[in-house]
Amino acid sequence: MIYREAGQFKTSYAGDQAIFPIVQDRVVVALAVVAAFVLPTRFADEYWLQAILIPFLIYALAAIGLNLLTGYAGQLSLGTGGFMAVGAYSAFKLSTAFPWLNIVVVFLLSGVIAALVGVVFGLPSLRIKGFYLAVATLAAQFFLIWLFNKVAWFTNYASSGTITAPTRTMLGITVSGPTAAAPTRYVVALAFVAVFALVAKNLVRGRVGRSWMAIRDRDIAAEIIGVRPLKTKLLAFAISSFYCGIAGAEFVFLYLGSAETLAFDIGLSFLVLFMVIIGGLGSVLGSFLGAAFIVLVPIFLTNTPHAVGLLLPVALQKQIELMVFGGLIIFFLIVEPHGLARLWQIGKEKLRLWPFPH
Amino acid sequence: MSVRFGALTALTQVSLEIARGEIVAIIGPNGAGKTTLINVISGFYRPYEGRILFEGRDRTRLKPPDVAELGVARTFQNVALFKGMSVLDNIMTGRLMKMRGSFLLAALWWGPARRQELENREFVERIIDFLEIQAIRKTVAGTLPYGLQKRVELARALAAEPALLLLDEPMAGMNVEEKEDMCRFILDVNSEFGTTIALIEHDMGVVMDISHRVAVLDYGRKIADGTPDEVRKNQAVLDAYLGVAHD
Amino acid sequence: MISLLYQVFVGPLKDMAGHPAFLGEVVIGGVLAGMLYSLVALGFVLIFKASGVFNFAQGVMVLFAALTLVGLIERGLGVLLALVLTAVVMIALAFGIERIVLRPLVNQEHIILFMATIGLNFFLEGFGEMVWGANVKKLDVGLPDKSFMAAGMQINQLELSAGVIAAVLVVILAIFFQKTRIGRALRAVADDHEAALSIGIPLKTIWVVVWSVAGLVAIVAGIMWGAKSGVQFSLSLIALKALPVLILGGFESVPGAIVGGLIIGVGEKVGEVYWGPLVGGAIENWFAYVLALAFLLIRPQGLFGEKIIERV
Repeated sequence: MIYREAGQFKTSYAGDQAIFPIVQDRVVVALAVVAAFVLPTRFADEYWLQAILIPFLIYALAAIGLNLLTGYAGQLSLGTGGFMAVGAYSAFKLSTAFPWLNIVVVFLLSGVIAALVGVVFGLPSLRIKGFYLAVATLAAQFFLIWLFNKVAWFTNYASSGTITAPTRTMLGITVSGPTAAAPTRYVVALAFVAVFALVAKNLVRGRVGRSWMAIRDRDIAAEIIGVRPLKTKLLAFAISSFYCGIAGAEFVFLYLGSAETLAFDIGLSFLVLFMVIIGGLGSVLGSFLGAAFIVLVPIFLTNTPHAVGLLLPVALQKQIELMVFGGLIIFFLIVEPHGLARLWQIGKEKLRLWPFPH
Repeated sequence: MSVRFGALTALTQVSLEIARGEIVAIIGPNGAGKTTLINVISGFYRPYEGRILFEGRDRTRLKPPDVAELGVARTFQNVALFKGMSVLDNIMTGRLMKMRGSFLLAALWWGPARRQELENREFVERIIDFLEIQAIRKTVAGTLPYGLQKRVELARALAAEPALLLLDEPMAGMNVEEKEDMCRFILDVNSEFGTTIALIEHDMGVVMDISHRVAVLDYGRKIADGTPDEVRKNQAVLDAYLGVAHD
Repeated sequence: MISLLYQVFVGPLKDMAGHPAFLGEVVIGGVLAGMLYSLVALGFVLIFKASGVFNFAQGVMVLFAALTLVGLIERGLGVLLALVLTAVVMIALAFGIERIVLRPLVNQEHIILFMATIGLNFFLEGFGEMVWGANVKKLDVGLPDKSFMAAGMQINQLELSAGVIAAVLVVILAIFFQKTRIGRALRAVADDHEAALSIGIPLKTIWVVVWSVAGLVAIVAGIMWGAKSGVQFSLSLIALKALPVLILGGFESVPGAIVGGLIIGVGEKVGEVYWGPLVGGAIENWFAYVLALAFLLIRPQGLFGEKIIERV
């Protein structure tokens, strides 16, 4: 009832192609975005920002990147961690070599570098498909991590082998480095992900998204119709790696503060893949939902026993966490293989009719 | 030209000419090589001997996307719609070659990218009107019944504004009314837009009614080529269809 | 520049030619390591061949099998009894997996099933750790682990036995798939679940059978690996090592798993010994993958995989 669209006619194609054709959607999203910028900075405490919101935003960005490649273009990639690492190390090198560069520029440039690397590792995709391609991306993952480990130039010859985010300011406020305040970092991460989510939406509702989905659904027929497979796939790799690269840079600069290659290992690749699958392949909203799920579940699992008064030894807790995590993944895949985004859609459908049953 | 798959010779010395604006039907028993012929014209297979000329120029070596750009569009025997996309998106994809421009502008949904998107939407809507599929334009293609899927495929092929339209069994699995509609569409496309059409079809009634010329394939060879009347009376054709023993 | 070319192309070859016994040792070491990879890869191939599922949890199954075996032995059971019990456990596990994971996901896309096996991986990891404890254990099933000299090369008995066992397993399994009725049914299932169901193939039974066999293979692999390097959690990462083997050999070929294992094993060892020092060592991490990738570019379906003919 509340969610009725009756009376809303789209009188132009532009209206029909809009991201949020329904007025209620537009209002809600606008409010949500404003709230996202304002509320947490004023009310959320350090823990919430540092442990939940900031990583959520960063993972969401990476998840959007992977979703573009795997969900829309159908190219399964297990190299997300490696591409994020490229972004992180590029940002580190750029920022330390050119300290006067604005941090936003640094992030964007790191994204571009990651995109170039992504194109290189995406080249096999013309010959190889499906699982085999996934394994090729694994080669990228392992090789990149090894590279960053071995070549000390990347860490500026630090003996500890870690890279640390230098203190950088923007508009007079410290944005990164040990003294950067959590709300500041939160706002920067939010700004990036909001802008790039919009960009992603624009890409997928236009010809780029269509050519990706054509390759995903039926690549042979797509080619016969005129879609150029190599260009399309490489563009997907490039843009996806761009997103992941920026997410990787943010990972170090806005969240962890310092990191070593272990932070970007294959576990991260799988983590982001989980977010995409549980959130929903081929859905920008799904990327957000999946990231939220993956960030919140461990927190939930760690805190619930406390809340219920159960005190478990740490090792056992970790084991139960693993089991529940694995179990939840299986559960989700059984219940809704198209992910949280589909559940959301179904919810909206029901909301249309509520409070009527049908 | 001839086409081989490994040890299997699919087409032997088949020679076919299609004049501009004609409707040519390609018929023959199953396995005669009709789809292979279409696939070669699309550029999906390369003949191991022979040439393909399009508008006077040799384009034997072209890859499928290049062939598509020349103005050849087609439908497929087993419907090859993009199952995850809506009908509208499927048809818009048919128009991809007409959409140029940097992806950066597309990312911003601004200026020329936006205009191009909307112009193409208008064109596609005209096709949707023409084929009377307005009601299903937002439906996900994979959920449509077979007959409608075939119609959407035709729309997708038309969206490319092709000079040559290749239809592989466009009426398969349709009832009489649907077939009549399809025939009407095909004839309209030919008369209104002047599109040259080559179609593979098993329904003899349709073939005789709408085609200007008929080519008959059997066991990978062309055994007849002429007007519908001529072909209907051709002994070799009758033998092929009624199944005279071959050596 | 010349010196670089020399280092890459000539130096190692001269090394090899100059010390043939050492080269032989390295190669044999590679062969035997490769056999161990093949053992794990076999489990993957079995399940993939029969259900089209890429079982990421195979590595964890190897670990779990080894853990169970060691755990039982530690609690005082004789080796033989422990083996039998472990086999029972693995078969029970197969039943459980079929019921809880596979049946509800019948006919979903392969990537969904793949993700489910990753979930399974996490679950079994936690479960195994919880039941049997997290410390490294020594696995001793009475297999000899000494090295002996043959033709001037040092050969390890354990690795040799692993190689032999793996070879025997492969032959048995290859015959099973090609010649028996069940084998054919399995191949049908891998091709298309629904179609197989519709012609009356008992999917549930088949899956239990296959996952049980994979479980038994996992036991063997677990014993071999466990005896070699102790039963610990890095064992579950074996899955990742087996992937290049599978790429080379094709995901569906039992002999391919062996050949792939050999190539990767030898390639890795030779690469590490002769070319590794050039780039600072530890190239084992990715060398196998790059090797497999190079092969893939030439033959996208792997050495033994079936050529995919796409029709329109």
